[in-house]
Amino acid sequence: MASISPASSAAAAVSLRGVAKHYGAVHAVDGVDLDIERGELFGLIGHNGAGKSTLFKMMLGLVPPTRGEITVGGAQVGGRDFRAARRHLGYLPENVVLYDNLSGLETLRFFARLKGAPRAQCLPALERVGLAHAGQRPVREYSKGMRQRLGFAQALLGAPQVLFLDEPTSGLDPQAIRDFYATLRELQAGGVTIVITSHILAELQERVGRLAILAAGKVQAVGSVQQLREQTRMPLVFELQVRAADAPAAAQALLQATGASATPTATGLRLACPREHKMAVLAALAPLGARVLDIKMHEPSLEDVFFGFAD
Amino acid sequence: MELTQILTIAAKEFRDRMRNRWVLAVALVFTVFSLVIAYFGGAQQGSVGFRSIEFTIASLVSLVIYLIPLIALLLGFDAIVGERERGSLDLLLALPITRLELLLGKYLGLAAALTLSTLAGFGLVAVLLYQHISWAGLYHYLGFMLSSVLLGLAFLSLAVLISVLARDRTRASGLAIALWFFFVLVFDLLLLGALVGTGGRFGGEAFAWLLLLNPADVFRILNVFSLDDVRTLYGLASIVPTSLGSPVVMGSVMLAWIALPLAVARWRFK
Repeated sequence: MASISPASSAAAAVSLRGVAKHYGAVHAVDGVDLDIERGELFGLIGHNGAGKSTLFKMMLGLVPPTRGEITVGGAQVGGRDFRAARRHLGYLPENVVLYDNLSGLETLRFFARLKGAPRAQCLPALERVGLAHAGQRPVREYSKGMRQRLGFAQALLGAPQVLFLDEPTSGLDPQAIRDFYATLRELQAGGVTIVITSHILAELQERVGRLAILAAGKVQAVGSVQQLREQTRMPLVFELQVRAADAPAAAQALLQATGASATPTATGLRLACPREHKMAVLAALAPLGARVLDIKMHEPSLEDVFFGFAD
Repeated sequence: MELTQILTIAAKEFRDRMRNRWVLAVALVFTVFSLVIAYFGGAQQGSVGFRSIEFTIASLVSLVIYLIPLIALLLGFDAIVGERERGSLDLLLALPITRLELLLGKYLGLAAALTLSTLAGFGLVAVLLYQHISWAGLYHYLGFMLSSVLLGLAFLSLAVLISVLARDRTRASGLAIALWFFFVLVFDLLLLGALVGTGGRFGGEAFAWLLLLNPADVFRILNVFSLDDVRTLYGLASIVPTSLGSPVVMGSVMLAWIALPLAVARWRFK
């Protein structure tokens, strides 16, 4: 686990200390320590049943932890001052169905009133998610993607300091996903802390600052995608395109440089080696010059890393 | 407790029922049924046409005792479980609102819709029949309207309790129908069975007090006792002690029937 200095944890937007949730003999969440910094875009990933939803619900104060302490935005979740703190939280639950009879704008006004947010924020929130044109239409006429965007607009009301987004991109088309993350970056720049879950790991890979991998109710790893790659010690994979005649010489050079033997493929060679051998591989190939037709290097994807930790 | 939160939830629920014309539809049902009863209620006795407001009220009581509990239960059974099933309950509870505020808001909004449709429906009847109604008759009719509202609110409270207890909407609707069946059809039969089966040894005062365990019976007693002419129409009148005939006592029992299920609902709402 990535270590976090005590100084930074004092400023953490979300902080969990020894948090556990037991349902009888089932330990849904089992001793989680986590600090999420202010302004961070933080991913939470795990299989279904890994404890993500329970953790989310505890951070929102919907479910009391069996033990441990959680603070969000400086206020203790479930404490007396948490009602005020909630005015500055945004939440988008997974697969939420909003009210069919209300229009988009009415939906936002309803939530704004409950949140104590100014009514004047509703239209800009709709504009921000690209729904201004549909604000007067009843939600029952909305497509799945539009409903999801309305849910996101709802989470933005009250100028939240911490946003909890559970599978926020499900149902969105690729353009909407881009726009969604662009909005998140704007919010982040304004100091908003964002905690996000997604099953689409490729989507998170390039976008989150750090993430936590949850399995069996425990945090298995925390860090940036790169830090997690390094922790898993998953090999780098090189694919070389060489003529059949040059393959033995190339394989020999690679063996000498890394101690790993390359396997032949239809177009050349494939080599898996520890990541610290990256430069040695390139150096070994340099003397071959143009006899190497092409090189591709594959870092382990977040998905590879995820399975490395979660299984 | 913050009043604005309760009112925000209540306003949304009320507006929902206005907008989907639920209030209008239920009011019309009440008006039409009442007029039919007023004019054809005496057909069994061989006469058609308006007889007296007292007889009309007596006939309306037996209609309302079936209809209002059913309408109230159907109105409220998914108040909480519906939100839970659509995933919006978590969203609401993550806002600065307590469970009690949410529950009261839901109840008050639905109660306003039910009250408005009851008053509008029966009120329209009173307007249409104004030529036939004396001041005394009007007094009794207003009593009938008020007790109808209370009956609806009591069953609405039970419905909200169901909506908190049930795991999904299907179970909640089943439970609502079962509850209606029990209170409206089975309860009196059971009491009567016990009375007859024990040769009247079980009964007397105790029997009358047992009637208070059913809001539908409380409603009946409330109306029967307000109408001297009609008392004799019901066998019940002879076995119910006069101490239970006080509208204040019965009204209080009704209020308890509104408050108690709501209190249990709050306690079980986790």
